Amino acid sequence: MRLLGKLDWSAIPLDQPIPLIASATAGGLVVAVVIYAWAKGWWPYLWNEWITSVDHKRIGVMYIILAALMLLRGFADAVMMRSQQALALHGAQGYLPPEHYDQVFSAHGTIMIFFGGMPLIIGLMNFAVPLQLGVRDVAFPTWNNVGFWLTATGALLVNLSLGIGEFARTGWLPYPPLSELAYSPGVGVDYYIWALQISGVGTLSTGINLVTTILKMRAPGMSYLRMPVFCWTSLAANLLIVAVFPILTATLAMLGLDRYLGFHFFTNDAGGNPMMFVNLIWAWGHPEVYILVLPCFGIFSEVFSTFSGKPLFGYRSMVMATMFICVVSLFVWLHHFFTMGAGGDVNAAFGIATSIIAVGTGVKIYNWLFTMYGGRIRFEPPVLWALGFMVTFVIGGMTGVLLAVPPADFVLHNSLFLVAHFHNVIIGGVVFGAFAGYEYWFPKAFGFRLHKGWGVAAFWLTLAGFVATFTPLYIVGMEGMTRRLQHVDNPLWDPWIILAGLGTIVIGAGVAAQLIQLVVSIRMRDQLRDVTGDPWNGRTLEWVTPSPPPTFNFPVLHDVHGEEAYWGMKQAAIAQERLYDEPDYKPIEMPRNSPTGFVTAFFAAIIGFALIWHIWWLVALGLVGAYATFVVFAWRDEDEYEIPAEEVARVDRARRAARGPEWLASMGAQP
Amino acid sequence: MQSAGVQLRSLQSARPATRLTFEGIGLFRSSDSNGGRTGMKRVSIKAIRRGVAFPPLFALAACSHQGVLDTAGPIAAGERTILLNSLVIMLAIVIPTIVATLGFAFWYRADRPRGRYLPEWAYSGRVEMVVWSIPILVILFLAGVIWVGSHDLDPAKPLPAAKNVRPLEVQVVSLDWKWLFIYPEQGVASVNQLVIPAGVPVHFSLTSASVMNAFFIHRLGSMIYTMNGMVTQVNLQADKPGTYWGQSAQFSGDGFSDMNFQTLAVAPAEFAGWIAKTKGQGAALDSAAYAGLAQQGTVKRPYSYGAVQPGLFGQIAMQKVAPGPGPQAGRAAHVSPRISAQ
Repeated sequence: MRLLGKLDWSAIPLDQPIPLIASATAGGLVVAVVIYAWAKGWWPYLWNEWITSVDHKRIGVMYIILAALMLLRGFADAVMMRSQQALALHGAQGYLPPEHYDQVFSAHGTIMIFFGGMPLIIGLMNFAVPLQLGVRDVAFPTWNNVGFWLTATGALLVNLSLGIGEFARTGWLPYPPLSELAYSPGVGVDYYIWALQISGVGTLSTGINLVTTILKMRAPGMSYLRMPVFCWTSLAANLLIVAVFPILTATLAMLGLDRYLGFHFFTNDAGGNPMMFVNLIWAWGHPEVYILVLPCFGIFSEVFSTFSGKPLFGYRSMVMATMFICVVSLFVWLHHFFTMGAGGDVNAAFGIATSIIAVGTGVKIYNWLFTMYGGRIRFEPPVLWALGFMVTFVIGGMTGVLLAVPPADFVLHNSLFLVAHFHNVIIGGVVFGAFAGYEYWFPKAFGFRLHKGWGVAAFWLTLAGFVATFTPLYIVGMEGMTRRLQHVDNPLWDPWIILAGLGTIVIGAGVAAQLIQLVVSIRMRDQLRDVTGDPWNGRTLEWVTPSPPPTFNFPVLHDVHGEEAYWGMKQAAIAQERLYDEPDYKPIEMPRNSPTGFVTAFFAAIIGFALIWHIWWLVALGLVGAYATFVVFAWRDEDEYEIPAEEVARVDRARRAARGPEWLASMGAQP
Repeated sequence: MQSAGVQLRSLQSARPATRLTFEGIGLFRSSDSNGGRTGMKRVSIKAIRRGVAFPPLFALAACSHQGVLDTAGPIAAGERTILLNSLVIMLAIVIPTIVATLGFAFWYRADRPRGRYLPEWAYSGRVEMVVWSIPILVILFLAGVIWVGSHDLDPAKPLPAAKNVRPLEVQVVSLDWKWLFIYPEQGVASVNQLVIPAGVPVHFSLTSASVMNAFFIHRLGSMIYTMNGMVTQVNLQADKPGTYWGQSAQFSGDGFSDMNFQTLAVAPAEFAGWIAKTKGQGAALDSAAYAGLAQQGTVKRPYSYGAVQPGLFGQIAMQKVAPGPGPQAGRAAHVSPRISAQ
């Protein structure tokens, strides 16, 4: 029995310069940032105001920062994949040997879905949903913080695999038997399993938290059919999280039992059934894409309506389409393995179920179209992302339905056509949607707008790069090129692979433009400042409060009388040329910040790392620590503090001063 | 080797007839089939051809003569028909939607608006009716295509054979990282090279020695998974002699990129000649040879076995033979196993 389990010096990839240098650089950067913040004396502020914060807005921002870092990491993987293929033509081997290239594409998918896409969407929901509902926080504020830090732990473990050991070499969904001990004896799959198990707990926490918040904590008068559509789509997404993330956890637990304790759920021998893993993982996996995209549909709804100066067209129809997609998405998973030979009846049933989802999506597309109809569309960056989405997403949707036709799937399955399809919907839908939401809510979160010019540049560069990268992949997919090839040997594919490689450079320029936009905006924050809290002439409740919103969100909770709560209040104020009378301010009870989340995640990281490397005493230590944290938290004496009425009054009076008659007149004059 | 297929195509411009049954959706019969004689149908087929020719993507793909659209057998041709029909059906609403999106955005832009401002307009029963009807009708239509297509092109469905022609039986085993083709009736086997008679239906039974793979000859159509302990089946046919590229389409590990094979479709007489030449020559595929073959590694040059232990495929599929081993203990296999130099 070794003290450090499987861990020894051979875990450090000393013979592979790329992961070694990359991990050393990343590690060095982290250390540098930590020391810099320490030298500047920022740590008390970061600890008290951010790391231990239970404020849903700050947790939302932290989720988005995590997502941004992981999107950059995932993009670096993407650049490596595209450049490797572009360099490995005609028998050339490129610069990434198979065992490394296989890790790169596995990490790319895992990171982009679990640690890029999910935190991005969860961050936006966390930030905006309670504000739109007109409430002060989510249902379980401390748990929210725990969920974030557990997600961050998963991201940490995946990135740790770069420098210590290896990551999975199985693809982003580790199909057995390849992922079983017999064929993947390394620690890569274990990194995958524990990173996802730990972050999965975080995601499920968020799902339960937001479902509870939406169902139980709306502003007075806000019936279900008065909720903004973003809240509806968030509800649908979180219901799906609650429904399907346990499937993922159970499936990976079974794979873990196979690998750790010699069970036979999915092994070749002793009656194991690898097909069952494929079946279960997609029962989670397909709803997962709707978890990502549904909130984005909500963002587009808000953006089209706000920037067209009109209510959303067909609100009820939109709600119906959302819930329709939510339910039907649970019944389509088999289309991921039509080629397993299930037979005509089964394939046809799932093919038809899949294309039926397009009805819900189609209705949404038309409703956005008619929201623009008769509007006065202001071409701010969120609208550009939304329009870019509309044009690219219908193409991605079409190729998706095409792949849902079993005979077409028989020749396109696992090809680069499929790769192009899901990037088309995930980039065109989820990423564009999240960027629209980022541009839209940034002034709410920080009190100043993002620089418009750089935002426009980021949009066009990203769109151009996206088209240049994925159109060639559609074509080589049609030419029979399979995904995940480390080298290719077909001259017909060459130009397209090289073109796709060049396309990633243009996407890289888009990424750079977006980073520059953030830096430029922070430097120009005084020019870009918005003091009113309503920079876009908004229609939903988040725009009634100042930017950035106070901890308690709303000095007084507003009574909701219609579908567009804030729009109605604003029109009344414009008509009367004055705001409503100053209310009677009362002290507000708010939850205390808590280090519980961070400490829990610390022990979770230890448990995960120890499980990966079979360091059993450390696992036990981590479990004890986690339990102790729970006990300390459960026996806490005080969990709330009071914000005095004077403070509430001060915040609200400042807001009211910024919204004087002049502002009301300017709002009234806007279309 | 691949250019053989290209030459063949340019020599014989006539496409193989797809006599698969698509009468159920006759309006959208394949442009390959000899339809277009009746006046009513001619229009729709022209429309399909136009729809197919115009999107640059597919025009480019078709130029290559190599893609899944450049079909060389009835199954691939049927799948091509379904693929293109579905595409045209959907383009019929996708293109107007894109045009309308850009048009509305331009027409109602705030700085120079053209249309009337309707700040309260948020509901219209008639528009809602249309908004729900269009996708429902399209999907209803497409559902018909899916239902008929899934049954007609079910991989397990036998292909119609001419009189006196018996389908050829081929057993396929995917190994790490090579393909084994066993001809049970002829008693020979080959690695990474599939030889089949052109114009004769071939029934493949497939299994895997270790991990999942997908058997795919993209100009013949219909890929199918291979899985250990299970047998899948697919029926394919090459209409004309030629060399067709085959590959695994399901990632299976470090040697995956080299897991390719050639499909030589030859005249039936030539096929008989190949069998005669191979039979009894070289090594025999018995349990010991198979155990060697099942070791992880790639095969650079195809080769064949002159004899095959009877019932070997069944033993592999029924796990009477142990599944292929994974990576052999080497440098730090417990941390990050690598393939040794081949």
